[in-house]
Amino acid sequence: MSYTTKLIQGLILGLVLALSAAGQVKPGQPFPALAGHALEGTLPDFAGQVVLVDFWATWCAPCKASFPAYTELQREFAPRGFILLAVSVDKTAGPYEEFLQRFKPAFSTVRDSAQKLISEVRVPAMPTSYLLDRHGIVRSVHSGYHGESTVKALREEIARLLEEKS
Amino acid sequence: MKTKLTLLLGLAVLTALLSGCTTVQPWERATLADPKMRPDRDPLHSAMFEHIYFSCEAATGGRGVGGSGCGCN
Repeated sequence: MSYTTKLIQGLILGLVLALSAAGQVKPGQPFPALAGHALEGTLPDFAGQVVLVDFWATWCAPCKASFPAYTELQREFAPRGFILLAVSVDKTAGPYEEFLQRFKPAFSTVRDSAQKLISEVRVPAMPTSYLLDRHGIVRSVHSGYHGESTVKALREEIARLLEEKS
Repeated sequence: MKTKLTLLLGLAVLTALLSGCTTVQPWERATLADPKMRPDRDPLHSAMFEHIYFSCEAATGGRGVGGSGCGCN
């Protein structure tokens, strides 16, 4: 085998490996630390809490449709140690602030205007939510918002995680 | 011969990988999701376009209605 052939095969292998390494965050993996991604807004204290991180945007209709149901989840489970954090990926502040003023969500919201966090998490669709246990490990990923079926699955999973010993 | 084939295959794969095609990630679709991207966003433009279309096609009612006509609109 000539040197050129070996070089090309090496390059192809390198490219394939580089592409596959840029994977998405999956259940069983720790969720990236939220600090250090230049998120705009106040991050709540997650220590020892079950957390649902929801990636959304104002240009995404299903994302906005999920807010009333997520407000209910927050109200239902917050007293037992649950935090819902909605991370907007809107690049501009105008539509984001306008929507929040109109809706006034009962849960924490931050904006990933530089899209650093979401580029690291690599969501498969908009919206996508990550349910983290009390140790910050991703336990389930919900791609898209499918109304009652998504809410039912989330409610069951959150209740189960809250019952786990820390 | 085998080396040449491998070389050609490698070059073809490299060309495909390094071409201008790219994937728009789900979080980068704000512009694509904008209502301005809809081809039927302007009712007046749509109506005019439909009129031209069914006049050319001699089909009264344009796309949305069954049947045909004289085209004398």
